[in-house]
Amino acid sequence: MNQTVFAPWDDPAEKPLIRFENVTKRFGEFVAIDDLTLDIFEKEFFALLGPSGCGKTTMMRMLAGFETPTEGRIELAGQDIAPVPPNKRAVNMMFQSYALFPHLSVYENIAFGLRRGDMPKNDIDDRVGEMLKLTRLEKFARRKPHQISGGQRQRVALARSLAKAPKLLLLDEPLGALDAKLRQATQFELMDIQEKTGTTFVIVTHDQEEAMTVASRVAVMDEGRVMQVATPERIYEAPSSVYVADFIGDVNIVGGSTKPAGAGQYHVHWAEGQAPFMAASDRAFSDGQACHLAVRPEKIAISAERPSDAENAVQGTVLDIAYLGNLSTYHVELPGGQIIKAQTANTQRISRRSFTWEDPVWVSWTATAGVLLEQ
Amino acid sequence: MNRLSWFNVTSLTLGFAFLYLPMVILVIYSFNESKLVTVWAGFSTKWYGELLQNEAFLDAAWVTVKVAVLSSTLATVLGTMAAYVLVRGGRFLGRTVFSGMIYAPLVMPEVITGLSLLLLFIGIGLDRGVLTIVLAHTTFSMCYVSVVVSSRLMTFDRSLEEAALDLGCSSFMAFRLVTLPIIAPAVISGWLLAFTLSLDDLVIASFTAGPSATTLPIKIFSAVRLGVSPEINALSTIMIGIVTVGVISASLISKRNSLRQQRDEQAAARTA
Repeated sequence: MNQTVFAPWDDPAEKPLIRFENVTKRFGEFVAIDDLTLDIFEKEFFALLGPSGCGKTTMMRMLAGFETPTEGRIELAGQDIAPVPPNKRAVNMMFQSYALFPHLSVYENIAFGLRRGDMPKNDIDDRVGEMLKLTRLEKFARRKPHQISGGQRQRVALARSLAKAPKLLLLDEPLGALDAKLRQATQFELMDIQEKTGTTFVIVTHDQEEAMTVASRVAVMDEGRVMQVATPERIYEAPSSVYVADFIGDVNIVGGSTKPAGAGQYHVHWAEGQAPFMAASDRAFSDGQACHLAVRPEKIAISAERPSDAENAVQGTVLDIAYLGNLSTYHVELPGGQIIKAQTANTQRISRRSFTWEDPVWVSWTATAGVLLEQ
Repeated sequence: MNRLSWFNVTSLTLGFAFLYLPMVILVIYSFNESKLVTVWAGFSTKWYGELLQNEAFLDAAWVTVKVAVLSSTLATVLGTMAAYVLVRGGRFLGRTVFSGMIYAPLVMPEVITGLSLLLLFIGIGLDRGVLTIVLAHTTFSMCYVSVVVSSRLMTFDRSLEEAALDLGCSSFMAFRLVTLPIIAPAVISGWLLAFTLSLDDLVIASFTAGPSATTLPIKIFSAVRLGVSPEINALSTIMIGIVTVGVISASLISKRNSLRQQRDEQAAARTA
C-alpha cells in the first residue's frame, strides 16, 4: 500500500466537499456565525470544537438544512445547498439525543430512511443487515429503543444515519451521553467505521480530547468565528492565539514584551529585574512588542538545582501539587507572583517524590518549548 | 406501614361519602319495587325491563352516542391540527392572538356558546337536528383536545421530527410516521375527553337540538321535571356502570404498560 499522508487541505488542486463562503447567521440581533469561511474535504473526519454557544451546532444545522445562512453561501460538492430542503440532501445527521423513533424496532429505525426512497424490499433488508453487522447490533434488531442500553442506542443512531450512505455525516456531540470508559472505546469505533465507509464525518463537540482523538482536522471556534483550523498536532503544538492555546489542554501564559535576538530568537521581558526568557518564533516580532509566551506544563522540567544547560531557568517555590495518578502538576510561584505549572510523569512511587510544599525549586524549559503569540 | 389515625379515617369517610353517597342512593333506588322514588318496597329489576321498552329513551340514547362519536372524532382531528400549528408553526403573525383564542371556549359560559350557535344555525337556515348538535359539540370540545395535545407536543423531542426530515420524509410524512404514532396516547385521551364532554352536555345541546333529535341528557332533564321516575334511576345506574368499567379498564391498561416499560428498561440495563 502506498503510504501517503492524508492531507487534502495542503493540496491546492483538491476541491473541497463542503465550502463555507463568508457565511453569517443571525438570530434576531444575535450573531451566531460571523463571516465564516471554511473548507472541508472528502473523507475527512472534521471536528468543530468550542464552548457551548460558539456557533458549532448552528453550523451543523445549516449543513443539515434545518437553518439557512443569513448571508453567504454553503456549497456541497460545488452546489449551493441553500435552496435544498433537508429531506433532499445527501447529508445525514446523528442527533445528540439520538432521536431514535421509540415506536419502531431497531431494525425499522435503521430501515426508516431507506424506505423513503424507491429501494426494493430485498435491498433494504440487505442494507439494514449490513448496518447491523457494522455496528454489532444483529442480536438487537427486534428490540425497541427503550429495550437496549445507552451504548447500543448510540450505535443504532449511527447505523440509521449511515444507512443511506450519505456524502456527509454530521455527528452532534455523539458521545456526550456515554460514560468515560465507553466513550473512549466508541471513539475508536467511530474512527474505524469512518475509515471503513469512507464517508466524510463532521463532528461537533465541546470535548477537546474527543476532537483530538478522532479528527483529521479540528476547527476551534469562539463566538461564531473560527479561531484556528489545523491538525490536532498543530492545534496543540502551534496554537495561533492565546484563546486556542488556553482552550486546548493546559498551558502557562506569560505576558511580556519582545526584543529580537537574531535568527528567529527573541528575548521576552516578563518582569522587572528578572532575566528575560529565550523563545524561538517563526512569526516576526518587533522591538518592544507586547506578546504572550505559551508553554505547555509537560515541557517544563522541575529540579532542585539549576540545570546547567537550560535556556530558560527560574527559581520559585512550590505552591501546590496536584496528584493525578500518572502525572503530578506542580504549581510554582515565581518572584513577582507569576505561577508556572510544571508537569512530571510519576515513574516512581509517590513515597519517593522529591519535592513538597514550600520547597524552593528551579523550573526550566528550552527556547523552542514555548510559542510566542501576539494575542 | 403507618396505621391510619382516627383523623385520617374520618376525613376519608367524609370525603368519599360526599362524593359517592348521592350515586349510591340512586343505584339502590333503581332496584326499588315501588314507583315512589322515596319509599323502599323491596328489590326488583322491573324498571330495567321497562326501560328497554321505552322507545323515546332508546332513541335519545342512540342519538347521544352517535353525536358523541362524530363530534369527538371531528374535534380530535381539528384540535390536533390546531395544537400542531400553534406549538410547531414557529412565529407567525397573530400567533399569540390565535393561541389565546383557541382556549377562550374553555372559559366561555356554555349558555353564551349555545345561544350564539343557535343564532348562527338560524341565520344560515340549518334545520336543528343531529348535524347541528354534532357541529356545536365539535366547536366546544375541540379546544379541550387541543389543550391536551399541545401539552404533549410541548414536551415532544423536536429532534425526532428533524431526524425524520433528515432521513427523507416530507413534513407531512414526518407527522404521519413519527409524530402522530408517538403522541397517539394524548390524541386518544383528547378523543375520550371530547366524547365524555359530549355525552354530558345538556346546555349546549338544548340550544342546538331540534324536535327531530334529542340527546339523553335533555330527555332525562325534561322527564325529571315531570317527576323522578325509577326508570331514570335505572338508566343512570347503567350509565354509571359503563363509566366505571371504562375508567377501571383504562387505568389497568396504563398500569400494565408502565410495568412492561419498567421491566424492559431494567432488562436493557442488565444486558448493557
